Formats: sequence, structure tokens, C-alpha cells
Amino acid sequence: MNALKKYLGVVWILLGLYVGYDRITDSLTKISSDKLEDRVFGYVVLLVLVPIVVGGLILFGKYALDGEYTDEG
Amino acid sequence: MLAARTPSQTTDSRTLLSVISASSVGTLIEWYDFYIFGSLAAILSSQFFPKDNPTAALLSTLATFAAGFVVRPFGALVFGRLGDLVGRKYTFLVTLVLMGGSTFLIGLIPGYETIGFWAPLLVLILRLVQGLALGGEYGGAATYVAEHAPVGRRGYYTSFIQTTATLGLFVSLGVILITRETLGLDAFTSWGWRVPFLLSILLVAVSIVIRLRMAESPLFAKLKSEGKVSKNPLAESFGKKQNLKMVLLALFGATAGQGVIWYTGQFYALSFIQNACNIEFVQANTIVAIALLIATPFFVIFGGLSDRIGRKNIMLAGMALGVLTYRPIYQKMYELADLTQKQELGEQTQISTTRERPAGSADFVTTTTINKVFADGTTANETTRQTQSATDSSKPEVKKTVTLSTGNATLMMLLILIQVLYVTMVYGPIAAFLVELFPTRIRYTSMSLPYHIGNGVFGGLTPFIATALVATATKANEATAGTVDKPYLEGLWYPILVAGVCFIIGLLYITKSESDRRSGANE
Repeated sequence: MNALKKYLGVVWILLGLYVGYDRITDSLTKISSDKLEDRVFGYVVLLVLVPIVVGGLILFGKYALDGEYTDEG
Repeated sequence: MLAARTPSQTTDSRTLLSVISASSVGTLIEWYDFYIFGSLAAILSSQFFPKDNPTAALLSTLATFAAGFVVRPFGALVFGRLGDLVGRKYTFLVTLVLMGGSTFLIGLIPGYETIGFWAPLLVLILRLVQGLALGGEYGGAATYVAEHAPVGRRGYYTSFIQTTATLGLFVSLGVILITRETLGLDAFTSWGWRVPFLLSILLVAVSIVIRLRMAESPLFAKLKSEGKVSKNPLAESFGKKQNLKMVLLALFGATAGQGVIWYTGQFYALSFIQNACNIEFVQANTIVAIALLIATPFFVIFGGLSDRIGRKNIMLAGMALGVLTYRPIYQKMYELADLTQKQELGEQTQISTTRERPAGSADFVTTTTINKVFADGTTANETTRQTQSATDSSKPEVKKTVTLSTGNATLMMLLILIQVLYVTMVYGPIAAFLVELFPTRIRYTSMSLPYHIGNGVFGGLTPFIATALVATATKANEATAGTVDKPYLEGLWYPILVAGVCFIIGLLYITKSESDRRSGANE
């Protein structure tokens, strides 16, 4: 179980990167929209959601890889 | 009912009842204050944010997004830090005053027609203060109750705090409806909408008096007397790996999933039956209100159960059920209102058409109304409104409303009740879970941030991201028919994926000595 927890750290890092790529491209489309609500929504995703998800998942994945969440961690 | 206590916890059951009442009433009032803004959004928009003014429209949109998603986590940091430095009692008194004061002041602001640009600007500022206060309140109330509660019964006692978000929504809707019925629609639209805002000052005053009589949390008081209070809770909470890793685990293993399950069951469900199913406004709100009312006691039931079988087990079960059943549940909800699947009683169909020229306009407006009755008792109304000028015709505006038969409405209510039960599973135990995850000296700060990011950011964005996913699928189908099967279900991928990832992380990583924490090992 501890090995699984560690190796899944790679998955969380990759997931963070993928979500970052996906949300950044989507929010950039929204930011260039004619509709005000879309633009504000795009900025909220880009400036609030993306940093939390990307930064958080990458750091969580790194901690997992380092064995911080193993029973001895 | 009361379990054995540790020596540090000498709170008797009468004091505990007062603690729960004082904390819950205050938190309920904060949710009331937060929700009346949303519930009166249409009227506030006409009073403060005229759509033809781009600046006012921008401020309106910022008020919607900023208060819920941006400011709440900041409130968690600001007041969490304060709560760990000076104490829980005074901090959540400040949040209550800020919330009640800003709500009261919104009720006093003259409209856009009177003071122009200042009106939307002041409303935006006060709305931001509301978001900030809400960000600080919850963590304080949950911590305060948990630190009074006997170890081993925290799930049960903090679950009363968990009912306040739902009850706050009820009270806000109740006050608005009573005010509107008492004053009449015209007076309510003109000035009566201010009453629910102004009333807040009375509710807050009562709550402040109650809270002032309460003592500081015994665990925090003990820390203070021993000189062990944290000098820099922010640095300790987020600057030290040992604690930061638990903050991340709380976010990705619990609160993010809890947030999306909460918003899907309580808010997206209502949006779905109104917009995708076209259920009539009053019937849609009644269906959701009944489901919420029936489910509310389950916050306490699951909170209490979590003391026996573990917080993690119940919360993860709620997430797993959401992941597995959302699509079939929403498919069934859609089918209940799908008129193409129903047998129309053609002889009872009524069609009427009116053509009129609005005063001061050269254009004609043609309104066609079709009322249909179906064999199962469902009725439907379709109103098409088209403006025709001398040279061309505008695109017709079509508005459909469906009123379900009693049987189908009951079935719809049951389908939403199932989702709200998932909400009670993930939300009932979470206050105790978060409290026990962090040590007393930095508890307020450490638990508030993941809660408000999970609930406010991940959860709060659910209706917007889900709606955007549905719009994308619908657009794809308009370009090439059949590209996306059942586009109306596409919005569910957001809560399903977030809750799914959260379930896996929670299942694998929240393992270390949960039972130890329930028995007070983290004090």
C-alpha cells in the first residue's frame, strides 16, 4: 500500500499538469469572448481555480512521491 | 448519549447545549445574510446594476463571482489567523458583526437612479465584506463547538453547525416570501426587498448578545494559559511541510469532493430542473425545498454515526454514490419532464395569439401561447414572443414551462432527496474531520482554508462549469448532429471527476490513525 501511495504521486503530478493545460486553454477562449460573464468566468478559472488545482496537485503528488503520506511518513 | 471525557473537557451538557445554540444560530444568520443576496439577485440587479450600463454590469458579475470564490478563502486566512492568535470567541464575533453590518447597509443603499455609479460600487464592496466574513465564520463555529464537545462525540455535536447552511437558505427564502406576501408584489419590488436585509441587524444583535455570554473554548484557553498559542499561525499552517501536507490532503481527499457533491445536490439540481427540464418556478423550488427539509436531520444522523464508524467511511461513501449514480438519476429526472415521451391529450390543447404595439414603439409584438395537457396529468405552456418591424422580424423568444403531475413531482422530489442525502453524508461529518486533522494551536487557520477552497471554489464553480460543459456539448450537436449523446448530462462530468479523484485520494491517503484523531490524539 505504501508503494502504491508513493507511485501514484506521479499520477497526481501529471493530473495537475493536464488540468492546468486543459483549463488554461479553455479559459483563454472564454476571456476572448464577447460576453462579459464569460470573460469574468474565464479570469476566475485562470487566476483562482488553475493555480489551486495545478499547484496543489503537483505539490500533493510530490509529497506522495517523497513518502510523506506513507504510514511511516 | 455523552461519552467519557478526557480531563481537559469538563463542559457539562447544559453548557454544551448553549455553545451549540450560540454557534449554530450565529452561523445560520451568516448563511441567511449570504443567501438573501442571491435569492434577491433579480431585484438587486434592477435596483443597482442596470444591464445597459457596462460598468454596472461588470460590478454585478464581479459581485457574483468574487464574493463566493475569491474572497471566502481570504476570509478563511484572515480570520483563521486571528482566531488562532486571540481566540475563537472574539474572532467569530467579529465575523458576525461584519456580516450583519454589511447586510444591513446593503438594505440602506439608495438605488442606481439616485446615486448613480456609487450604488453598484458600494453593493460590491459590502458583498465582498460578506464573503470575507463567511470565510471566517464557519471555521470558528466548528472549532468552538468541537473544542467544547467530548472527545468521541465531536461528529454528533458539530453536525448541528452543518445543518445551518441548509437552514439559512430556508430562513432566507421564508423571510423573502413572507415579506412579499405581506407587502404585495409592487411594494416589495419598490422598497420591500430592503426588509430582509434590514432585518439582519436584529438577528445579528440577538446572536451577538448570546455569543458575548459564552466563554472562550476550553482547549484554546488552556493553550493560552500555558503560553503555547501560535505566534504565526499562517507560517505554521502553510509554511511547514508536516502541516501543509495535511492541508492538501484535506482539500484533495475530502473538501473538494464534498464541495461538488454539496453544490450538485442543493443547487445544480434546482438549476437542472428549471433549465433542462423547464419545470415551473414555484414547483421547482417547492420540490427542492421539501427534499432539503426531509434530508436536514440526516446531517446530525451521519455526524453522529461518524463517531462510531469513522468520518472517512461515510464521506467517501457519499462521494462514491454520487459518482456512480448522478448520470442515471439525472437521466430519470430529465425523462420525468420529457414531453416527447408523454401522451398529449390533443382535444385539451389551447392556442391563443395576440399582436400588439408597445407604447412609443413602431414595432409589433406577436405572442403565441400554447397550453397542453398530457395523459399523466402533466401540463405544459409554451409562449413564443416575436418582435416584427416594418422591414424584418427578430428571432422568436420561446419560453417553455412544465408543471408535473403530483405523482411525477413526488418522484422528482425523491430523486433530489437521494442527492441531498449524499450531501448529508459528505457534509455532516466534515467539521469534526477537519477539526481533528489539525492541532489546536493552528486549527482555525488550517481547517478554514481547505474548507473554503473546497466548498467555495470547487463547489461554488459547479453550476458555472456544469452549465459551460452543457453549452459546449449543445454547440457541438448544433454543428454536427449526434456528436454528443445526451448533452444535458454533460455538466455532471465536473462533479463526477472531482468527487472521483477525491474518493481515490481519500481512500488511499486518509489512513493514518483516524481513530486516534477521533479519540483526541491531535490536541
